[in-house]
Amino acid sequence: MAITRIPSTTHEPLLWEYADSKESTDVVEIDDRYGLYIDGEFRSPRSRSHFTTVNPATEEPLATVAEAGKADVDDAVAAARAAYEDVWGPMSPPERAKYIFRIARMIQERSRELAVLETLDGGKPIKESRDVDLPLVAGHFFYYAGWADKLEYAFPGIRPRPLGVAGQVIPWNFPMLMLAWKVAPALAAGNTVVLKPAETTPLTALAFARLTEEAGLPPGVLNVVTGAGETGSLVVAHDDVDKVAFTGSTAVGKLIQRQLAGTTKKLTLELGGKGAHLIFEDAPLDQAVEGVINGIFFNQGHVCCAGSRLLVEESVHDRFVDKLKRRLSTLRVGDPMDKNTDVGAINSKEQLDRISDLVESGRSEGAEMFQPDCELPQRGFFFRPTLFTGVSQSHRIAQEEIFGPVLSILSFRTPEEAVEKANNTPYGLSAGVWTSKGSRILWMADRLRAGVVWANTFNKFDPASPFGGYKESGFGREGGRHGLLAYMDWSEG
Amino acid sequence: MSRVGVKKTYKLYIGGQFPRSESGRSYPALGSDGDVLARVSRGSRKDLREAVRSSRSAVDGWSGRTGYNRGQVLYRIAETLEDRAGTFVDQLMATGSTKKQAGDEVAASVDRMVWYAGWADKFAQIYGNLNPVAGPFFNISAPEPTGVVGVVAPEEPGLLGLVSRLAPVLVPGNTAVVLASQAMPMPAITFTEVLETSDLPGGVVNVLTGHKDELIPWLADHMDVNAVDAGGATPEQAFRIQEGAVHNVKRVVLPEANGPAQSPYRIAAFTETKTVWHPKGM
Repeated sequence: MAITRIPSTTHEPLLWEYADSKESTDVVEIDDRYGLYIDGEFRSPRSRSHFTTVNPATEEPLATVAEAGKADVDDAVAAARAAYEDVWGPMSPPERAKYIFRIARMIQERSRELAVLETLDGGKPIKESRDVDLPLVAGHFFYYAGWADKLEYAFPGIRPRPLGVAGQVIPWNFPMLMLAWKVAPALAAGNTVVLKPAETTPLTALAFARLTEEAGLPPGVLNVVTGAGETGSLVVAHDDVDKVAFTGSTAVGKLIQRQLAGTTKKLTLELGGKGAHLIFEDAPLDQAVEGVINGIFFNQGHVCCAGSRLLVEESVHDRFVDKLKRRLSTLRVGDPMDKNTDVGAINSKEQLDRISDLVESGRSEGAEMFQPDCELPQRGFFFRPTLFTGVSQSHRIAQEEIFGPVLSILSFRTPEEAVEKANNTPYGLSAGVWTSKGSRILWMADRLRAGVVWANTFNKFDPASPFGGYKESGFGREGGRHGLLAYMDWSEG
Repeated sequence: MSRVGVKKTYKLYIGGQFPRSESGRSYPALGSDGDVLARVSRGSRKDLREAVRSSRSAVDGWSGRTGYNRGQVLYRIAETLEDRAGTFVDQLMATGSTKKQAGDEVAASVDRMVWYAGWADKFAQIYGNLNPVAGPFFNISAPEPTGVVGVVAPEEPGLLGLVSRLAPVLVPGNTAVVLASQAMPMPAITFTEVLETSDLPGGVVNVLTGHKDELIPWLADHMDVNAVDAGGATPEQAFRIQEGAVHNVKRVVLPEANGPAQSPYRIAAFTETKTVWHPKGM
């Protein structure tokens, strides 16, 4: 039995009991030990090294996973090269398309299993992995499958040619979705793949590898090398990798950009963000509250495009903050496997420490903190949803990406000031704007320097919609027609 | 007694002005016969910073114009270029081109500018997209300028190389800091006079002459430069640009990326795709 709070007209929430509603884990089988998926088979790592992946909601170990070393990465790249030269490259595009369609369908069939696995390994609420991540994953493969034999229509004048072997390094916040964003367009454009999933969330990528095997995808077309940053570094630096795609922090993105200096490898980077979420006084405030809550507490705020800086027009600032606080108090924080849970587990101890450190800086720099008085589970990594008011532009919590359930609130008086403050960041991934005035939406959308602008909505994703950053949020787009460009030779003729 | 000719002083072009280098330095531009054609300004770190500052302040104005208007300004550059053809031909011949080669290069430069001018109000139509998302949303992607772009102009051809690199940067509304050909700087300097008389707002294009090895590290490292076209860089210089790009995740177009000189995808390299969502409802 858990307890939640019902908003009341006063600030004192009513208590309300609700029954646990746990998703079953029967649907998933997890091996004790996983090898590397290279050339169509699971292999023990030549490195002889393994690591343990844990459930962040319970701190219990889930499985032992191989840590790929240099020889393993060499094998994976060689397998991808051979598959590119001998099988996937020469294959007719309609045939390639059918493999990818088949993968999309199999993901749909096994959607619940993969959602449960995602939540066990990563800590995100089952509600999200089930209703957001997995449907988008299947959709992404389905969308790009259809492009595989239509590439010559994608960009006028471009003769579609693949790049070769793609080395892809993905993060832990949306493990399966980021896999889909990387693998689907790469395969559709005719490349083969060496994928390095995040250290803390390798299990769905390994399950996906097994799924592609069942789909009959030729050996070597997809290779999965698990490991930590060192393994990722080996993948991106490998001489026989033609294309590098990375999603993760701006700090690591810069390291990769540096590693690739002096080469002609194609690179796309999808990095951090400090998204501004702007609320004008004429906005539908109750809807905006839901948008703001979703914008920062979706996936515990482990979202590169999170709306982590809230800018509220001064005239409605206090009223809006009151509404937010009340809404915050009704968020259900806890067991990610409970279907009621809104905010699940922080992905790792390391990330929890980073969030705690930044929150502490917010307090010590003088911002005012609000946290609902919710109970957190005894074990596992959890953090209370947190608001900061009275934040100024110079505070660390207004500048640095927290990547956690922490919202910094500032105010503005004019649209010009809103734009100025929103753009005052080295990042440029996402922005949100809420107003009832159509012309103002378009005026704002023109001026916000961000790759995605959500107007009167937030955190919407779609396979057909390009996603990616301006400035230090990276370059290149994933999703949509533009997502193909990252995996195509741009030659004309 | 024949008349004494009036020689031109070749200066930098920053913010719509023609200053000498603040460093007070110059270097000789040599003709193909080894004669000194002129002494040109040897731009410094401070000149470069001033050029970036000027470029940054010009971004909002230039990118805020309509594509139709930018197209007309770029076309006007072509008109003015054509008008000055004779001067360019003389300068190109002084650095080794035959009269025919020089004439062809100037003609190609004018035509290239016309070609790119026409893209300004069309590029978003081939590169943007209305995205059919699976939900009740209006969803549109459109290219926007990246911002301030450093252009390392090719050493040669002195005019056509510069025009081919600069035009696609300007089309979507970027502003530029150009490092001119070190060996053949005079066409670039004369080209700044074309720009100045072509309705192009001051600061949209800033041109520095000088030693590339000296200027490139400062351009590469500058935190307010968003992208660099390294087309005219040596492999060592390109590597230095890639290294510097890391500081603020600059977009870098490498010399190896040379596709056709006339291509909308050269414009694409200096744009950012923005996607805007809005719900549909009653």
